[in-house]
Amino acid sequence: MTGFAALLRRDLRLSLRQGIDLLAVVLFFLAAGILFPFALGPEPELLGRIAAGIVMTMAALASLLSLDRLFAADFEDGSLDGLVLSPLALELVALAKVLAHWLSTGLPLLLAAPVLGLLLNLPADLYPILLLTLLAVTLALSLLGGLGAGLTLGARRGGILLAFIVLPLFVPVLILGMGAVTAVALGESPMAALELLLALDLGLLAVGPWGIAAALRQLLR
Amino acid sequence: MGDETRGTQVTSSDAGPGAVALAANAIACQRSERWLFRDLSFSLAAGEALLLRGPNGSGKSSLLRLLAGLLPLAAGNLRWRGRELGTGAPEYRAELAYLGHLDALKPQLLLRENLQFWADLLGSTADLDEIVERVGLAHCADLPGQHLSAGQRRRFGLARLLLKPAPLWLLDEPTTALDAAGQELSLDLIDRHLAGGGIAVVSSHEPIAIARSRTLTLGAGGRNPS
Repeated sequence: MTGFAALLRRDLRLSLRQGIDLLAVVLFFLAAGILFPFALGPEPELLGRIAAGIVMTMAALASLLSLDRLFAADFEDGSLDGLVLSPLALELVALAKVLAHWLSTGLPLLLAAPVLGLLLNLPADLYPILLLTLLAVTLALSLLGGLGAGLTLGARRGGILLAFIVLPLFVPVLILGMGAVTAVALGESPMAALELLLALDLGLLAVGPWGIAAALRQLLR
Repeated sequence: MGDETRGTQVTSSDAGPGAVALAANAIACQRSERWLFRDLSFSLAAGEALLLRGPNGSGKSSLLRLLAGLLPLAAGNLRWRGRELGTGAPEYRAELAYLGHLDALKPQLLLRENLQFWADLLGSTADLDEIVERVGLAHCADLPGQHLSAGQRRRFGLARLLLKPAPLWLLDEPTTALDAAGQELSLDLIDRHLAGGGIAVVSSHEPIAIARSRTLTLGAGGRNPS
């Protein structure tokens, strides 16, 4: 097995063994989303109109939850030294860890999204586009979040700092994601927004790992 | 200031280019504005060990991290096999094994899974059962990392050293937390490594007996080495 696959597999196995972390992300996503009907009152139509936005925003917030541990555990138990000294390039180490984060938080959120959609009276015709968009959005969130996690590693109150750094970066991702969903809601083609979102994902895939690796190298000095 | 190690030299006979050899020339390490050591020079040829001694905070761990390329050199240069090292050179990384004071053991994973991960990451084809047996962990290979004692964790660290043959061993307190048998094991592994033509740099609080070793004392006053 290559080093990349070994690291990806180890991180996925770790998040499965620590099922409670995984569950916490999904439960937070659902619980926070369910607050909206209570706050808005009995207006199913209004709720239906903003449901997709709520789902996407809650997904962004929920993916923040597990980010601060992305590199922290490896940093604290000395594994990061071993990863840096391994034959695997640090950029690929970063990419493997980000992909593991995406698979272990993005995918569960994707599975939970229809449930939240149902609770929020999301119009039936918006489910396919919302899920498709979420797939791309959660990948972008994991890549941006990985960058934030790398930059704030070792800082005191790193979790709060991480949120301050990452939340503004989430804005364009949410705008593009909602662009696609809104287009479908208006009966238009979502292709323009989806293509931009895909371009953003590919760009982040190309640049993100380098940024994260640079941040980790800086930390180890 | 002024209590850092300065102008220390430990030298051995020169080896030809390409031969297994590590040389430090007037290296210095600076941590948060403070010099831990300056003008530190030593050279090691195949089969030789350098023992690092000194009080807590004298820079033993930092020197090891520096040699591993995990810390930048503040001054001076390092030569491996006669060639000057750039930072984090992959071909140098492939030839060293670093045992830090942390054991890189995941509490949620079985000991065997932990070792398998590092073996896969290093591209090692070593027989893991044999390694586990060698470091005396055969009976707890199927325990999760969180159930291992401090000494067993240290033995796991030693097991990681055996995953791939590396000519340069950088060991931070390899005998800490180990029982008598474990300390003997640790020294035996180092002895065999040296006998096989390897080089080791070892920090330790207790005096440890390694053949063909020289001692470098870091810390207050910059005492000269024996």
